[in-house]
Amino acid sequence: MSTITRSSRAPGATAWDVERIRQDFPALHQEVHGKPLVYLDNAATTQKPRAVIDALSAYYTRDNANIHRGVHVLSERATDAYESARRRIQRHLNAASPREIVFVRQATEAINLVAASFGRTVVGAGDEIVISAIEHHANIVPWQMLCEEKGARLKVVPVDDRGDLIVDEYARLLGPRTRLVAITQVSNALGTITPIEEIIRLAHRENIPVLVDGAQAAPHQAVDVRALDCDFFVFSGHKTYGPTGIGVLYGKETWLERIPPYQGGGDMIKMVTFEKTIYNDLPYKFEAGTPHIAGAIGLATALDYLDGLGLDRVADWEHELLEYGTELLQAVPGVRLIGTARRKAAVLSFVLDGIHPHDVGTILDHEGVAVRAGHHCAMPVMDRFGVPATVRASLGLYNTPAELETLAMAVRTAREIIGG
Amino acid sequence: MTELRELYQQVILDHNRKPRNFRVLEDANRTADGYNPLCGDQIKLYLTVEDGVIKDAAFQGKGCAISKASASMMTAGVIGKRVDEAQALFQRVHAMLTSDGDTAGAGVGKLAVFAGVREFPSRIKCAVLPWHTLRAALSGAAEPVSTE
Repeated sequence: MSTITRSSRAPGATAWDVERIRQDFPALHQEVHGKPLVYLDNAATTQKPRAVIDALSAYYTRDNANIHRGVHVLSERATDAYESARRRIQRHLNAASPREIVFVRQATEAINLVAASFGRTVVGAGDEIVISAIEHHANIVPWQMLCEEKGARLKVVPVDDRGDLIVDEYARLLGPRTRLVAITQVSNALGTITPIEEIIRLAHRENIPVLVDGAQAAPHQAVDVRALDCDFFVFSGHKTYGPTGIGVLYGKETWLERIPPYQGGGDMIKMVTFEKTIYNDLPYKFEAGTPHIAGAIGLATALDYLDGLGLDRVADWEHELLEYGTELLQAVPGVRLIGTARRKAAVLSFVLDGIHPHDVGTILDHEGVAVRAGHHCAMPVMDRFGVPATVRASLGLYNTPAELETLAMAVRTAREIIGG
Repeated sequence: MTELRELYQQVILDHNRKPRNFRVLEDANRTADGYNPLCGDQIKLYLTVEDGVIKDAAFQGKGCAISKASASMMTAGVIGKRVDEAQALFQRVHAMLTSDGDTAGAGVGKLAVFAGVREFPSRIKCAVLPWHTLRAALSGAAEPVSTE
């Protein structure tokens, strides 16, 4: 087995005490197949810091009650905690008001909410929705369903061979029938950071609203929805070091006022008779039924944790890891990186000459390295780059240079076993 | 490493590199598509069935080493077999790949090299995909088969 000498470019100069940070994440400290776990599947979901796990446990141990209903103490505590989580998220995104923060299950549901509510009101036959060629299925299929229902058309911004959006083509797609632009800030399959500011600016010049899929951006960089001036922003808690089952839709108040509720039920109403229902105020209009109260509290705790570390420093550390990982993988014979955008988040998507990604994934797993092998819910991206699947190592704030060395070594092992 | 060598035996690696019957069968009278959306394995299976006997079998597609070797060895194994024999072989291979019993792997001949797949739960569907596709082709199913 080959060994890799740590290059002079190996991270370490940054004041980032990764070993101390790793102590905050209990799940990282275990063995799989007799090897220390190397968790490189962060774009699928991140591990949770102890603080988040404790917040969930504390809520269920002490405060559990339904919100916005009871007059009793527990209900008041649960309501306070839930609403302060909403304000925490408002601050994190720099939204103008907590009325603009809607809790949903995850980014997928947030997009479906906009497709249903905005789509029902604003989109008609012959209208157009603009997405890009590097979207996750969650930002493709809801729009396809809407287009099919309304007789509208989906327009797709192409990408170049590096995985960068072709902005000139994008500008040409915007027209009088464009009702919405829905584009990711960071591609989950390739790591491309899109020029989202420019995308929004060009759309707004034509008075077209923009939804930003921030599922892969929120864990890696600070987000300011007012600076971006986006109309909708969505992200998932579980990819942002928070619990599964909780996500956020940010919407400008003017839009959220204008579009109808998504689901009907309790909590989203002010008054119900069989003749007429008066909907609740924002954001409750969009939160039918008992929400994931513990999840919202856990997500707020995760954001406290992230802000405590500093998202700018997280981004710096991950960028160092990305550069080092890129260098290590490029040194492995037969490796081809898929996605080499000029601005990239910490995703290393690659194929190994003559060896199917699924086989690589199995061998990596046996070396303790958890990656995703497949199409990453982005089958059109795979088609664009002419591969059935890729191996994807996606990095998080707790990953280390040594883990990337283990990855590169395991990829060499895969070559030895399968023989490319 | 030992477990991995059990999975990726030389026979399997050989069939992966040089799959047998990897071609389009122009005069096939039974075909079926198999698809594994999770990992992107795709297979198109061609059979020529005459008088209840599989006269010829071939496949095309993209997939991992396990699914490709499985398809390769399956086509080699069913050529010349009666349809009911092939169905019975499907049952025995399926049992070998999915059950824990000691008897699993009996009566499958060379296909016993796939017994190691059982230790890799996420890979079982790669090995069974060609077999489900075979069953679909024999029963004339119109919808693509999926092992998800």
